[in-house]
Amino acid sequence: MFVKILEVISLYAIPVIIIFVVGVGMLKKVKVYEVFTEGAKEGFGTAIRIIPFLVAMLMAIGIFRASGAMGMLAKLLSPITNLIGMPAEIFPMALIRPLSGSGGQAMMTTLMKEFGPDSLIGRMACVMNGATDTTFYILAVYFGSIGVKKIRHSLSASLMADLAGILAAVVISNIMFG
Amino acid sequence: MINYVWFGLIAIGTIVGFATGNIQAITDGAINAAKTAIDLSFGLIGIMAMWLGIMAIADEAGLVKKLAHLMKPLMSKLFPDVPPDHPALGNIVLNIAANMIGLGNAATPIGLKAFKELQSLNSTTDTATNAMCTFMAINTSQVQIIAATTVALRVAAGATNPTDIIGATLLATTISTAVGIIAVKLFEKLPKNRASCPAPLANLSEGA
Repeated sequence: MFVKILEVISLYAIPVIIIFVVGVGMLKKVKVYEVFTEGAKEGFGTAIRIIPFLVAMLMAIGIFRASGAMGMLAKLLSPITNLIGMPAEIFPMALIRPLSGSGGQAMMTTLMKEFGPDSLIGRMACVMNGATDTTFYILAVYFGSIGVKKIRHSLSASLMADLAGILAAVVISNIMFG
Repeated sequence: MINYVWFGLIAIGTIVGFATGNIQAITDGAINAAKTAIDLSFGLIGIMAMWLGIMAIADEAGLVKKLAHLMKPLMSKLFPDVPPDHPALGNIVLNIAANMIGLGNAATPIGLKAFKELQSLNSTTDTATNAMCTFMAINTSQVQIIAATTVALRVAAGATNPTDIIGATLLATTISTAVGIIAVKLFEKLPKNRASCPAPLANLSEGA
């Protein structure tokens, strides 16, 4: 029921938002076409401005992923992950998720294929994927778009949120599906 | 911190790659990533332009300010440095709402617009303000109500009940968002972050 409602909302949201905004604009005597094109101009500049930040971030992540360092780190930290009830198979996904959205998704799919989507590991991977986000990519895009280089405590706070999401996914999945 | 993380990723990757003989893979990884960055940013141009156009109309019609005004009680607690009716807050509310219902395509351009508005309140343009850090902590903690992509991938993998993870995901993501907000508020009080905090602009009357 809840899911159905949300599906309907996301289906209708965009056309409704567009007609609502343009409609209200007309009522308020906004020159809608001219204002739209004026606003849209910014799109190009913003997209171009993020390139150096994105290249820097994705290059570092690309080197790290390709080297196979992930597997080593997973082995190194396995005593800790065992302690909190995280299956060893899932740990690399927890590591890759904040770095790469497609990487995290690929690992989730692989885990479901290997252990089955209804297994504890399969479900835990899905919960983890939904509870965390690609922090490094988002920070690079957002701060890059306005040219901010000193990002202060945003990275540490965002990584705390990811850590909490990962731990919550492990604990909740163990309780609900274990 | 970002400098250490960035260096760490490259250094660890290179050392491990040399040790395990994955040297060609590292070269490919770096070069492909640079290409991906261009694909991503160019892919953003059209959708950015579209939503920025719509948002410009919403701005001009006073809708963004009205939205900020509606959410004032909550937003003024989260973003005390931003004037209550500033358009940045309206854009932040819209970004979070779009993310919640899974409209990532619309969320990013609107969020970037919010960042631009926040930058207009910033006296030191190369340094993040507290408001930017708070917004990022919320944004990167994934506030989506239905993890639509995950459910779709579960369907593809043949799960008996693909949506059975939704409750657990919602709970976990709520926890991560709460921790993100608590963390960002605690971290901004650390002496180091107080010292690096950009001074507010002298005249904060009207936003960009």
